[in-house]
Amino acid sequence: MSLMNAAYLAQTGYPELMAAPTLAHYLLVSALMFGIGLIGFLTRRNLIIMFLCTELMFQAAGIALVAFGRYHLDFTGQTFVIFVLTVAAAEAAMALALVVLLFRSKESLDAQEWTELKG
Amino acid sequence: MQSIVGPLLAMADTPAAAAEYVAPGVGPAYALLVPVLPLIAFVLCAVCAAMRVKSKLPAWITVGLLACSFGVTLAATMAVRAGGPMISHGFEWINFSWGDGPGQAFVADFSLYLDSLTCLWMLFVTGLATLIALYASEYMSHDVGQGYNRFFAAFSLFVFSMACLVMADNLVLLYLGWEGVGLCSYLLIGYFYKKPSAVAAAKKAFIVNRIGDLFLALGIMLCFVHFGSVEYKTIFEQARPYMELLTQGRIAEIPAIAQIIPLLLMVGAFGKSAQLPLYVWLPDAMEGPTPVSALIHAATMVTAGVFLIARAYPLFLISESALPIVGWVGALTALLAATIGMAQFDIKRIMAYSTVSQLGYMFAGLAVLGSTAAAAHVFTHAFFKAMLFLSCGAVMHGFAGQLDLRKLSGVGSMPGWRIVSIAMLIGCLNLAGFPVITAGFWSKDMILGDAFANPSLQAIGWILLLTAGLTAYYTFRVYFRVFAGPQQYEMGDEHHGTHDDAHAHGDHHGGHGHEPGHGGGHDKHDDHHDHDDHHDTPHAPGWAINTVLAVLAVASFAILIPLKSGPDAGWVGSMVSGSSARTIGDAAYLHSAHGAGHAHATFFGFDAHKAMLVVSSIVGLVGIGVAYWLHRAGRTTAATARADALLPAAGPLARWAQNKWYVDELYDAIVRKPLLILSHLFHVIDRYLVDGLVDLLGWAPRGAGRTLRPSQSGQLHGYALGMAGGIVAFLVIVLLVIT
Repeated sequence: MSLMNAAYLAQTGYPELMAAPTLAHYLLVSALMFGIGLIGFLTRRNLIIMFLCTELMFQAAGIALVAFGRYHLDFTGQTFVIFVLTVAAAEAAMALALVVLLFRSKESLDAQEWTELKG
Repeated sequence: MQSIVGPLLAMADTPAAAAEYVAPGVGPAYALLVPVLPLIAFVLCAVCAAMRVKSKLPAWITVGLLACSFGVTLAATMAVRAGGPMISHGFEWINFSWGDGPGQAFVADFSLYLDSLTCLWMLFVTGLATLIALYASEYMSHDVGQGYNRFFAAFSLFVFSMACLVMADNLVLLYLGWEGVGLCSYLLIGYFYKKPSAVAAAKKAFIVNRIGDLFLALGIMLCFVHFGSVEYKTIFEQARPYMELLTQGRIAEIPAIAQIIPLLLMVGAFGKSAQLPLYVWLPDAMEGPTPVSALIHAATMVTAGVFLIARAYPLFLISESALPIVGWVGALTALLAATIGMAQFDIKRIMAYSTVSQLGYMFAGLAVLGSTAAAAHVFTHAFFKAMLFLSCGAVMHGFAGQLDLRKLSGVGSMPGWRIVSIAMLIGCLNLAGFPVITAGFWSKDMILGDAFANPSLQAIGWILLLTAGLTAYYTFRVYFRVFAGPQQYEMGDEHHGTHDDAHAHGDHHGGHGHEPGHGGGHDKHDDHHDHDDHHDTPHAPGWAINTVLAVLAVASFAILIPLKSGPDAGWVGSMVSGSSARTIGDAAYLHSAHGAGHAHATFFGFDAHKAMLVVSSIVGLVGIGVAYWLHRAGRTTAATARADALLPAAGPLARWAQNKWYVDELYDAIVRKPLLILSHLFHVIDRYLVDGLVDLLGWAPRGAGRTLRPSQSGQLHGYALGMAGGIVAFLVIVLLVIT
């Protein structure tokens, strides 16, 4: 399928069930991922899990961006996501290093161990 | 002095005296040196102070430059006698213009208006300043290396300011000088700044003068509004039509606003010249070193008010109410101050009250159209009052600050005190108006004669005549107590300039006399070992003090020559009548009281001036005689005299006079106390209302912070929940708004 056709299909939406997924599908997946990430972040106390949850929310936003870019036939969204992924990778490296340091100081990964920064 | 006066007298008959208004010519540039030389002296003394010079250098700088300034004044006087009024242009000082028409520019240059009145004033200002600076070089010698530089810096600055005041060609420059002399007066009264009473006196002088200065400033502003200029030459030119209206008897046509100007200027003059109700600062000003009292608070600065009125005399003549007020204020001040002076025991205070009293004479003289007499009295008074103060200062210097006349007696017969006592005697004779041989007699007599010749204000003459008798009495009370009689003294217990404490100490001890050599009082003050030489025995004055007193003593007789060189105050009179202070024998207040055809009044049918020669002689001699009988005849101790026996007969009057008629207490009750209460009220408002509002502003964020602070729990999940909740809430709101 040529790129133009795919774009046409994505724009009009395809009534048949087995046809290519529409924007709504992508957004639904994105929302679900974000919701899972948010709930995970709020309910879990393990720093690594919480970090993974933030990554999940991150990627959910990325999916939404790509989907919208595709929908509007604009490459800005995709370009943006590439950058975000790069930054997220660097940030993940740093965040994990921080987690390691935090673990070393208190021998625990419980987020509630660190409450020094309060008013 | 005589050799200097000679060539000046030769020109006494120049036409200046008879001239109508003459437009001023261009004056010589060297006249600018008169104010500039003291300014240079000030700068050099300030440099000395900065370099901490520990010698008498600043005194010699001051004496030298002031003497040069006096020489320049003499030259300028000769030029003025030859060429009439002149303006020496210095530099452009203030120049605003907002149009080309008249009254659309505010011009005040640093220029000097040289006329004979200016020269008369500057002659005695610079001459006396030179002599007194020489006197001070010895008098202040105990302060060499400490306040000596500061003293002479302020002294020079004073002469500069006084020169600006007197020689200004516009009212703004006069105001600069006016404030300048006030500042120097403040600095010098507060010279002994470690002494609370001196600081209080300095502040009192400054604040009381502020009241007068406010009115002077208002007067200058009104002058500009009405005449469109602050320069004398324009003002006098603009006032000429009014003078013509006056001579034609059309008083009603003179605009009211022109009559308000002198009323405002008058209050300024009252403040500076210590007249009722603003005289209270002058007696307290005696806290300053004695040379300062002699120069600033007796001879020169306090005559600035007289000068102002004399300078603006045309404006006063056209006002119906200004001169009578000036006269009554002057006469009542003269009487009040004389009664206070009679009952004081501090000889320097007595001299201070006599200054207030004599200034009252000058104001009364101006009011009764005796501007010549008033200026002549300023001139003679400057000499003899400076001499009196300097003599008192010599006593104070020699007797460790002792000024109580109950503790000093027979100083005149002590070794080394001859010149001081002769100077004192001559000064007292002048002040008391001893007939014929003293200059003070002639100038005072002219004022009395003018007062009795005045048809409206003869009552002032009677008040002044009574005051003349009182003056003779209290003047010779000092002389007979301190300089005559048996030798007895008690040393003061303080160093120079702190005489007030010494006085208080004396009051506690009730004035016990001691034989010479016993040095009473030092038993109580063994802790003052560094001043022992001052405490044990009196030390007679040195060459500088004696020279100055001798020169002044000669000068006070020498001024009889310019005073009596012709009719109507001779040379001095021609100096006054050749200036703006000329009396035209007519004034608005005479018209309103007597119509156009008013005549000279007489003294019981005799010519007032001739009658006064006899009457005031008798009054003066009676005053001296009473003083002799009460304070000299038969007196054997310093502390007691025949006068003490008379005190009960006077009842409470004597005590009231001794307490200065409770004027200070009155002002305390009606001015200071209400102000104090008001300021306390404002303090409370400030403390609780204004501060409260400000505190509230500061407290509000802190309170808000305190309530919101728990939300910063440090719990990561709390923040996360907050953010999520916020987003949810935001979404809900968006959805609700959209749907």
